[in-house]
Amino acid sequence: MATAFAGRPAPADHAFRWIAIGSAAIVLVVLGLIAAVMTARSIPALRAMGFEFFVSRRWSPANNVYGALPFMWGTLYTSLIAIAIAGPVSVGVALFITEVAPRWMTRPLVHVIDLLAVVPSVVFGLWGILVLAPTLGRCVLTAGLILGMMVTPIITSLAREVIETTPAAEKEAAFALGATRWEMIWGAVWPHSKSGLVGAVMLGLGRAMGETIAVALTIGSAIGQISINPLKSGNSMPAAIANQWGEAFDLQKSALIALAVLLFAITIAVNLAATAIVLRSRKRSSR
Amino acid sequence: MLKTLALFAAFAAFAFVPGCEKGSDRGSAASTTAPPSARHVTLNAAGSTFQTQFQQAAIVGFEKDHPNITVNYGEGGSGRGRQQLADMVIDFAGTDAPFHAEDLSKAKGGAILYFPLLLGPITVSYNLPGVPDLRLSPVTIAKIFQREITTWNSPEIVADNPRATLPTTGIVLVRRSDGSGTTENFTKYLEVAAPGAWKLKSGASIEWPADTVAGPGNGGVAQIIKSTTGAIGYVDLSDAKAAGLRFAAVKNSAGKYIQPTTGSASTAGEGIDVRDDLVFSALDAKGDTSYPITYQTWLIVYAKQGDEAKASAVKEYIKYLLTSGQAMLGGLDYAPLPKTLQERALAQLAKIQG
Repeated sequence: MATAFAGRPAPADHAFRWIAIGSAAIVLVVLGLIAAVMTARSIPALRAMGFEFFVSRRWSPANNVYGALPFMWGTLYTSLIAIAIAGPVSVGVALFITEVAPRWMTRPLVHVIDLLAVVPSVVFGLWGILVLAPTLGRCVLTAGLILGMMVTPIITSLAREVIETTPAAEKEAAFALGATRWEMIWGAVWPHSKSGLVGAVMLGLGRAMGETIAVALTIGSAIGQISINPLKSGNSMPAAIANQWGEAFDLQKSALIALAVLLFAITIAVNLAATAIVLRSRKRSSR
Repeated sequence: MLKTLALFAAFAAFAFVPGCEKGSDRGSAASTTAPPSARHVTLNAAGSTFQTQFQQAAIVGFEKDHPNITVNYGEGGSGRGRQQLADMVIDFAGTDAPFHAEDLSKAKGGAILYFPLLLGPITVSYNLPGVPDLRLSPVTIAKIFQREITTWNSPEIVADNPRATLPTTGIVLVRRSDGSGTTENFTKYLEVAAPGAWKLKSGASIEWPADTVAGPGNGGVAQIIKSTTGAIGYVDLSDAKAAGLRFAAVKNSAGKYIQPTTGSASTAGEGIDVRDDLVFSALDAKGDTSYPITYQTWLIVYAKQGDEAKASAVKEYIKYLLTSGQAMLGGLDYAPLPKTLQERALAQLAKIQG
């Protein structure tokens, strides 16, 4: 029997090999096609607007003027509010789960947090309209708060993973030197996990920037407004696309696609940077 | 081994999955021997949200009399409806605005026919306790919607309402967050009726001033007005009524202030010029009792259907909408077509062919 596996690879191995290569290739091809088609269709708007597309505050379909700046600002501002809230909360929860909570609590807690991740975003959006909007209004802050809730689970689970890689020996060494639990976290866990946690937060940022429907419902859909006041209405790139696409025509369509390409590029950059940071911290911890 | 091959075959097959079925059961007529009327026909449609309630009510009545025809009408907006008809993924579309010339050339199925279905007023709805009646002229509306007038007791509003006591409350302007045929018609009205005063041009989404509040859909705008003292916005009549809003009487081209009702909208339909292809605009229509912000919606369909059974099903359905269907409109807060327009639409049915 054993000799059956010794010789040249069976045809099944060939088939498997090609299926695996094919599957991997399809992902890349699809990604490439999306990028190519979107870029091609964004060219009319980019050609008409030139560099103004990236710096103009004005978005006026009636005059065929399209500037992406207010949408970029809204995307960035809401995501940063989300991260400012979700970052510390998520790291706190992750530390609680890994270092503080009694063992019997860990599993149920992880499940509850994961449940938060499967709530459909439109539900978050409607909740925002019904609960937050009546008091806060439809504004940048409302959208940011909802985004914060939405990215908490993903940051928490990544942070937990990062923190769990702290070698037990280092933690025990800290305790052996008479450290309290806080001193152990500060002295052993934190230096070890710092860069990994930054990566986790950045992945959350990437997720927040692309979120569409919950933001579209709550941000207020302002046109051409850039304000530092979080209680003013704003607009984000994905929300503008979702709201305007149905009735857009001609150059407006192209401009919306250009917004999508821009968003695509920004989120890819953020995700790549975050992944690199997480990977580097993992490599360092395995050394 | 067999399993792997089967898996591989399934994988390969996946790559050749055909696209969505285009214009369901087109072309299968040749293979069937039954007479066209006996075959089951499904008509798929999408578009204007303005006419959705009417379509849904009419479909129920129509399918009762025509058990071998199924009609599906999905929402999605006028623009999407026109796009899907141009791409031939649906059998007919609902739209509140005619095709833009550059999009019409992309329609894959040839000549397109317009069948007007109904008219409806766009109300200027408001929330101002203690002011049960409000009268507005087009120029005042234009100034309010550009935030040039920001309090309820401004001289322009007082001039329109000499007998009312208006509070000092600030005006909260509510508009659509999504691109919309309602916005397009409302802003077109302001362009026509308040030339010079209205500077934001017209379109499905326009350059609204910064300090405005946006809601999704007619229902979304109505809900914000209802919950905000001092709010004003544009909402179609049925949503305004459903939310229990008050709405202004608007000064028409004859200088009379007219309340938005299904009656005053139908009257507007009598005072307009209709092109031979039944394209028209009911905005700012002539006539003493016409409500000026009246808009319209069409069913659009290809003249050449390429299938006898489908052609006769489409004809039957449009005929139903233009005859029995018109009686349902009042109950849904829509205005029926004026008689002349109805007759011209019915006459055009002969142009739909197999």
